[in-house]
Amino acid sequence: MDITELTVHELQDKLKNKEITISEITKAYSDRIKEKESDVDAFVTILADEAIVKSRKIEEKINNGELKSSFAGIPIGIKDNMCTKGIKTTCGSKMLENFIAPYDATIVERLNKEGMINLGKLNMDEFAMGSSTENSAIKKTKNPWNLNTVPGGSSGGSAAAVAANLVPWALGSDTGGSIRQPSSFCGVVGLKPTYGLVSRYGLVAYASSLDQIGPITKDVRDCAMLLNVLAGRDEKDTTSIDRPKVDYVEALKNDVKGLKIAVPKEFFGEGINKEVKAKLEEAIAKYKELGAEVEEVSLDIAEHALAAYYIIACAEASSNLGRFDGIRYGHRSEKGETLRDIYFNSRSEGFGPEVKRRIILGTYVLSSGYYDAYYKKAQKVRTLIANKFEEVFKNHDVILTPTSPTTAFEFNSKSSPLEMYLADICTVSVNVAGLPGISIPCGVDGKGMPIGMQLIGNKFQEETILNVAYTYEQATNFRANYKPEFKK
Amino acid sequence: MARSDYEVVIGLEVHAELSTKTKIFCSCPTDFGGEPNTHCCPICMAMPGTLPVLNERVVEYAVKAGLATNCEISRDSKNDRKNYFYPDLPKSYQISQFDKPLCEHGYVEIEDDEGNLKKVRLLRIHIEEDAGKLNHDEFGGGSLVDLNRAGVPLIESVSEPDLRSAGEAERYLRKLKSIFEYIEVSDCKMQEGSLRADVNVSVHKKGEPFGTRTEMKNMNSFRSIVRAIEYESNRQIDVLEEGGIIEQESLRWDDVSGRTFSMRSKEDAQDYRYFPDPDLVAIRLSEEYIQNIKDNLPELPESRKERYMSEYKLSEKDANLITASKYLSDLFEGTKNVCGNAKLSANWILSDISRILNEKEMEPDQIPFTAVQLGKMIQLIENGTISSAIGKKVLTELFENPIDPEGIVKAKGWIQISDEGAIKAVVMQVLEANPQSIADYKAGKDKALGFLVGQAMKATKGQANPQMLNKMFIDELRK
Amino acid sequence: MQVSREQLLHIANLSRLNLKDDEIDNYLENLQEILTFAEKVNNAPTDGVDETIGANDNYNVFRKDEVIPFEDKEALLQNAYSQERGMFKIPKVIQ
Repeated sequence: MDITELTVHELQDKLKNKEITISEITKAYSDRIKEKESDVDAFVTILADEAIVKSRKIEEKINNGELKSSFAGIPIGIKDNMCTKGIKTTCGSKMLENFIAPYDATIVERLNKEGMINLGKLNMDEFAMGSSTENSAIKKTKNPWNLNTVPGGSSGGSAAAVAANLVPWALGSDTGGSIRQPSSFCGVVGLKPTYGLVSRYGLVAYASSLDQIGPITKDVRDCAMLLNVLAGRDEKDTTSIDRPKVDYVEALKNDVKGLKIAVPKEFFGEGINKEVKAKLEEAIAKYKELGAEVEEVSLDIAEHALAAYYIIACAEASSNLGRFDGIRYGHRSEKGETLRDIYFNSRSEGFGPEVKRRIILGTYVLSSGYYDAYYKKAQKVRTLIANKFEEVFKNHDVILTPTSPTTAFEFNSKSSPLEMYLADICTVSVNVAGLPGISIPCGVDGKGMPIGMQLIGNKFQEETILNVAYTYEQATNFRANYKPEFKK
Repeated sequence: MARSDYEVVIGLEVHAELSTKTKIFCSCPTDFGGEPNTHCCPICMAMPGTLPVLNERVVEYAVKAGLATNCEISRDSKNDRKNYFYPDLPKSYQISQFDKPLCEHGYVEIEDDEGNLKKVRLLRIHIEEDAGKLNHDEFGGGSLVDLNRAGVPLIESVSEPDLRSAGEAERYLRKLKSIFEYIEVSDCKMQEGSLRADVNVSVHKKGEPFGTRTEMKNMNSFRSIVRAIEYESNRQIDVLEEGGIIEQESLRWDDVSGRTFSMRSKEDAQDYRYFPDPDLVAIRLSEEYIQNIKDNLPELPESRKERYMSEYKLSEKDANLITASKYLSDLFEGTKNVCGNAKLSANWILSDISRILNEKEMEPDQIPFTAVQLGKMIQLIENGTISSAIGKKVLTELFENPIDPEGIVKAKGWIQISDEGAIKAVVMQVLEANPQSIADYKAGKDKALGFLVGQAMKATKGQANPQMLNKMFIDELRK
Repeated sequence: MQVSREQLLHIANLSRLNLKDDEIDNYLENLQEILTFAEKVNNAPTDGVDETIGANDNYNVFRKDEVIPFEDKEALLQNAYSQERGMFKIPKVIQ
């Protein structure tokens, strides 16, 4: 038995039956990282040794009754934009290459409380800006299915690590598709929760009104379990919502009979790869077979959403990233004498080209004379998009679309930033409207690369999309049929 | 043209630090002073990933301030980011309010230069966070950033350009300060920087449209505000008279040279790129919330003034002077409660204490002693333990070393001599030494009595009971 | 909207970013392309639609005015490039 092949719920079963121990789990992952990390380069910081020490302490605590959580001793990987006290948090940037946070993010506190073990910090596009993880200043993460292709982004390290069994599950963050698109590229499950379901305190902000933390897992049940740990109001984040606790695992009914699935035709038009489209159509047929009612609808928002997204996200980012001035933390240039030099040189040396591009775009759209034409207009479009989704959800339970127009592409294959932005065309509208979305694998293309299906729910309807995803997964069992091959 | 052909137009943006226990967006203390960067946490240091949470008391205090200055309170408000780079601003944006301030369209009443009542309109009062402090590094020649003050809550009160002289500006600022003190939202200590004003000045020929304004930032004493307005308005008139034009710019007032200087270079053209802070949610105030604050508003100066006139029979002038400052007014009420004599309490405050404050260039909030101490001192006079003359000395002492006045009197040996025998001895001694004065008195020169009493006081170092001295001299001289 | 070189430099200055000469043309081209795409928001039928303010419908989420001191003062300073007497050191600021 290869422990690292198992899902977390399988690990829990084996722990319960005393077939394995926590130390054995940690050891298995430590070995797996030694074996495969050099192929994938998913980690910025590996904490395998620390994890082994921690696993012994956790075992002690379990034995003397201090820890009762069923997650105690389960390892996890964390995207490197979530603050971990005493451990580097780089955001994939030269700016924060050596930054050690003085505090734990709220979700990190929650993992710690459950007794989960941090296996390491995972690579990402710099400050979560990108769709391929190529924008990391630290290293180039590869897609375990084909090492010549990107893992997607910005949570590329998280998705690749889960796909390559380097961690049993991981945390990602999603601003415009950064959990779902890499999950799609790497053939794993990724969920972006409703805005406000999960605390953002300690998540280094890219675009505050769009960012959400969510799980990246091997299967839907794990996804529901991890969401159980993450969800809940945090008094440190005023945008987190106070609502009754839900058990997402209980929502997995394995039944979609009578459920109404909307398929917006605009998400299947030109620009969507034929093989992707074909697999999605197979999935739609499967849902019909399982008893769901599928209806084609019109939801002509994708381009407007993408345009509004880049205006709003960059505007917020330009302000959020002002704090990196080389004074209290972060890269400080050795060049220059004056305060002005420190600002300009530290920021220009510390930020990579994509980050600078978005700061400049964001500064432009907020600047005097342009605010109304871009930012204000984009915020109106945002309302419009939310209204249009609402319209669809009046008569439907979920919306089904591709997660990405394509499967994983090769490194350096996008000729312009805009072309890269278009990779987010299927996912951004979900963030713009603050809705939950999940990506699950629904097959592979001719080259054996995974294809993702996105299921979008109404606000706080994570239970519905998890159940719809779960029912499909149970009926098709992607993991049993396909495995990443580390093709070189 | 003469200066009198010009009209000066002044508007004030007044920043008052709120006297909350904690900062506006985190749970760090707001106490003044403290070792550098010890009243800080990841939030006010703008560590990556941190988020602000608004202090409920900041909203309450701002609403209080708005109600006390006749503002309309916004039912729907929000926080915005003002983006600019400066080392005392750790996030590189200040969380402030842009288009939906908590309070709008208020006014306060002052006396204009002719002594008539004048309404000065308030455009708005909004909440925002203070910046940190830059200290000079004596050794390395650099600057040092201390963020203890970063995130201390402020209310900014923006007046309309309704003020027409330095005097009006001063009275307006004093009035605003006094209101904030009365409603206890700010201690308004200018010397600690908890009350500061940005002063906008322009001039124009009477009958013509307003001129271009300049702004002098962060002024924190009444004296420099008055001087700066006078200097800057004269400078502008001179420029115009010489055919020049006024540039809209920020100026720095230099107290030592008594001049203003241009502050920013052209390359730092500002564009604050205000936008709603996505980390904070909307503020919606209900009628009940606002009514509840209104119902619990402390007594304002106008009402105290009326009460002092009706209950304690103070003159309107005296009541005005005392209620102009909450510190004086509180001192008066406290003193009166201890000594039981409102009139005497008022007299001491308006004569000797005000004189000393003037001499020392101190504000009432800097009075070091308590109302109990002052009240006890008045009691000592009332019960004959000390004379009024000694009282003045005790008061001087209280300003230096505010301890129990009885302790001062004992330690200094200032207890009044009321013993008849002892007084008689002094009287006889003085009469013996001044035969000419006796003659003068008998010749009808009443002044001679004053001289004799003065000599006796001198001989007893002011400790003799003056009433007894007076009586005894008259008795002896009439013999 | 057409972005000029001067505008780009002004924006870079506001953002405290240096752009090297060879970067300027590249950024100018990117910015123009992205802005042209972003202008698609203008085709959206937003008449009578309110702008979204805030990330969601939450409101009045406040904190009590109670002091909670942050204990780990050292950790707050540990990432600074230069410090002196517990303060962050920077070149002299002329005020």
